[in-house]
Amino acid sequence: MYPRSFDYVAPNTLAEAFNALGDNCKVMAGGMSLIPLMKMRLFTPGVVVDIGNLPDMDQITDEGDHIKVGALVRHGTTASDGLIAANAQALATAAALTGDVQVRNRGTTCGALAHADIAADQPAGALAADAVMVVESAGGSREVAASDFFVDSLTSACGPQEILTHIKIPKAGEDEGSAYDKLGRRGGHSDYAVAGAAAWVKKSNGSIEAARVALTGVGTKPQLAESVAEALVGTDGSDAAIEAAAQHAVDGVVVLEDLYGSEEYKTHLAKVYVGRAIKQAIANV
Amino acid sequence: MEVSMTVNGREVSADVEPRTLLVHFLREELRLTGTHVGCETGYCGACTVHVDGQAIKSCTMLAVQANGSEVKTIEGLASNGDLHPVQEGFWERHGLQCGFCTPGMIMSATALLDENSNPSEDEIRHGIEGNLCRCTGYHNIVRAVEYAGAKMRGEDPPPPDWEGAE
Ligand SMILES: Cc1cc2nc3c(=O)[nH]c(=O)nc-3n(C[C@H](O)[C@H](O)[C@H](O)COP(=O)(O)OP(=O)(O)OC[C@H]3O[C@@H](n4cnc5c(N)ncnc54)[C@H](O)[C@@H]3O)c2cc1C
Ligand code: FES
Ligand code: FES
Repeated sequence: MYPRSFDYVAPNTLAEAFNALGDNCKVMAGGMSLIPLMKMRLFTPGVVVDIGNLPDMDQITDEGDHIKVGALVRHGTTASDGLIAANAQALATAAALTGDVQVRNRGTTCGALAHADIAADQPAGALAADAVMVVESAGGSREVAASDFFVDSLTSACGPQEILTHIKIPKAGEDEGSAYDKLGRRGGHSDYAVAGAAAWVKKSNGSIEAARVALTGVGTKPQLAESVAEALVGTDGSDAAIEAAAQHAVDGVVVLEDLYGSEEYKTHLAKVYVGRAIKQAIANV
Repeated sequence: MEVSMTVNGREVSADVEPRTLLVHFLREELRLTGTHVGCETGYCGACTVHVDGQAIKSCTMLAVQANGSEVKTIEGLASNGDLHPVQEGFWERHGLQCGFCTPGMIMSATALLDENSNPSEDEIRHGIEGNLCRCTGYHNIVRAVEYAGAKMRGEDPPPPDWEGAE
């Protein structure tokens, strides 16, 4: 199974990369989604711009008020990095549950976000973490909130001539915690999410002061479940409060039936996993 | 396009089309047919090789992406005719039946043991999650990896499951 013929460039600087990004181009990072799609001829770019040689993009750095995760940070690194674990456990877990060892050795966190699969893990983690996507092009740089980044199935706010150069994750305080959990397509945690949820909570004086809950695998895109967060805020975070909030998991979500589950089953799973993610997030504070 | 890489310690270079997958480069250009092609979609792991010390699926990587890298395939494991402990483990603990998944399994298992010399059964199963086997039911593969781990740590491998069985 070969992709259709294409020209290949592997620029050594960001400026060269922007130069190479013309019409009918595709950025390639880890290739874990792009190469299979090209082999199936669903994508047939004329030029592949491999950003794998760009310098310093494989770094996770502490930038004071936020953590910077570069475009070439692999899933495996996101999963095991101490800074990510301390500030965005939901994203770390989502990365650890992405694919298998070989996929985690090549695929990048930014690639998984830019790819915006409806059932991908890390978009939910990025939503819960309130990450900011930094998208650059020849024309300059812009910042997109995670909540505006996932537009539709396989469509993110990153345009074809743009590169998601890094994401910024706000530093978490002592009273904050987050978590991610999913049912994988191959059972347990394996493979894309049939349904998955990420949650972030901030506690004060024994009650939930703020929350963000994100869903993946269930709707037309990874998205925030705002009614869940609203129902949770102000409660004591008890099992009963979590259970009540989780009932709102698919409020305003168009639940998609697919090969892995009916609308009814996915709705059920969404509530279960939203509940589990919140409970673990509270435990992680 | 010109690519150069080190494969099993040997410097190789060739002129390839950008769309040449690493697995085809290894099998067809270098005639290293130990690396198998199973699903071609990134799921089965039969094509697993090491690139710069890490297990990757060579059907989901372009040969040009491996330019300048160190690649190790199943052919590069044994030295001077002595099996690598993981190869020996698969032999001693009957970790294969048809053998189709075996090269990829062994490459994943060696990468796992390079990182964690004493993995638990759970860690072994998790470490080979990206490799599918249609024959063995995985049980003896796990035993083979345990055997190899013990050997590599300089310990006596645990006895085979069938020893003392009725
Ligand atoms: C066997 C297998 C199992 C998998 N299981 C899971 C799973 O359980 N959960 C899950 O979430 N995912 C899974 N995936 C997908 C995996 O997470 C991909 O690695 C990820 O979706 C894409 O990251 P990448 O770096 O490989 O991007 P690529 O494949 O290189 O690119 C994917 C898309 O994103 C674009 N892109 C990539 N990086 C950038 C960037 N920096 N800026 C702009 N555009 C960019 C590309 O143009 C392309 O359109 C699996 C993949 C495989 C092969
Ligand atoms: S042939 Fe590469 S994963 Fe199956
Ligand atoms: S031994 Fe036959 S597929 Fe594993």
